[in-house]
Amino acid sequence: MNYNFQFQDVFAAWPLLLQGTWTTIQLSLTATVLGLTVAIVCAWAKTSGPQPARWVVNAYIELIRNTPFLVQLFFFFFALPALGLRWSAHAAALVAMVVNLGAYATEILRAGIESIPRGQIEAGLALNLKRHQVFRHIILKPALKAIYPALTSQFILLMLSSAVVSAISADDLTSVAANLQSQTFRSFEIYIVVAVIYFLLALAFSTLFRFVYRLALDYPDRR
Amino acid sequence: MRTFGFPEFLFILEAAKWTIALSLIAFAGGAMGGLLVALGRTSQSRFAQASATAFVQVFQGTPLLLQLFLVFFGAPVIGIDVNPWVAAGVALVLNTSAFLGEIWRGCIQAIPHGQTEAAHALGLHYVARMRDVVLPQAFKIALPPTVGYMVQVIKGTSLAAIIGFTEVTRAGQIINNATFQPLIVFSLVAGIYFALCWPLSLLAARMERRQARALAR
Repeated sequence: MNYNFQFQDVFAAWPLLLQGTWTTIQLSLTATVLGLTVAIVCAWAKTSGPQPARWVVNAYIELIRNTPFLVQLFFFFFALPALGLRWSAHAAALVAMVVNLGAYATEILRAGIESIPRGQIEAGLALNLKRHQVFRHIILKPALKAIYPALTSQFILLMLSSAVVSAISADDLTSVAANLQSQTFRSFEIYIVVAVIYFLLALAFSTLFRFVYRLALDYPDRR
Repeated sequence: MRTFGFPEFLFILEAAKWTIALSLIAFAGGAMGGLLVALGRTSQSRFAQASATAFVQVFQGTPLLLQLFLVFFGAPVIGIDVNPWVAAGVALVLNTSAFLGEIWRGCIQAIPHGQTEAAHALGLHYVARMRDVVLPQAFKIALPPTVGYMVQVIKGTSLAAIIGFTEVTRAGQIINNATFQPLIVFSLVAGIYFALCWPLSLLAARMERRQARALAR
């Protein structure tokens, strides 16, 4: 092996890489928050909504979980504009990520909701809490606590699979890398550096989620 | 301009065989690699443990797309000329090894420790202990999540389209570029993936329910 590694072109482009990293972080965190919101609504519909709502949610989950993210992305970016909806690559990427995460997180959250003992909900109703109060304080919060590890690893998986949105040039970290490699031809070096950045991002995200847990869900319970 | 007709439909449908072939390669290779990873993670040797852990962390901590790029652009650096076929195959095998290895590690650790101790007491050495005592029992627990993971493998092969390997997604892109009928094209592509993945998802869910019932008894 007599390859001459040349990282200087890569490091010279650090402002671009930083910009791309920031876009990836922004996309992932926005998609996480919106996707979780979608999941909470869908999980509610699936566990205690009317029958037609359950069918719709089930169809949504099965459809998303059994097709690749890349195809969903192409669908949002190429097929929906054909129906008259014009939007940027960035918006299409964000929507695709939200829709994708929503389906996976719904399934995870449903498992959590089903683990809440029936008696706990009845106790809440007996204490004269309103339906939405019961859902928020007695069902949702303990359910989130119970499935927190699975949920956060899904968030991190989403951040990593957001590299795929570079396929429609959505200005994320991998898109920046692809542009750089077409200018400098240092593809191997660039992708090594970018892979390291993703690895560090994954570590940073798991630290952030641990912090959120301590802030919001770390209360004593009898388990 | 071409319109979307039967030949276009057939072109995409035929590309499904490459998706299936790539999935099978990734799964077969990933199963072998995954077994090594799982055995390494559960082994007594510090070295095997550390190297398996590092392998898993690298492949679970970076995007599959980047792994694909690194193999595709990295292989020429060490003097091997690869086509998208080989690059996609290698990257998917490595990635699948890491994920299956982690799933199977959990299954091996779920086998009660007394089983290993009993095998020790009977004088079985490592190979016999694993092959005849631990792994057959772990296999039974591992089956539903493994079938479920096959769905992820099939979906993962779609990324090979980005480095130019003509499987279903790439075939869809090609036809879309020629016909400009993205709605039909990508619905068909999604439909093919759904037809491949959904039966596996249902099977995995059914096996999981059956197992939960068997364990509850």
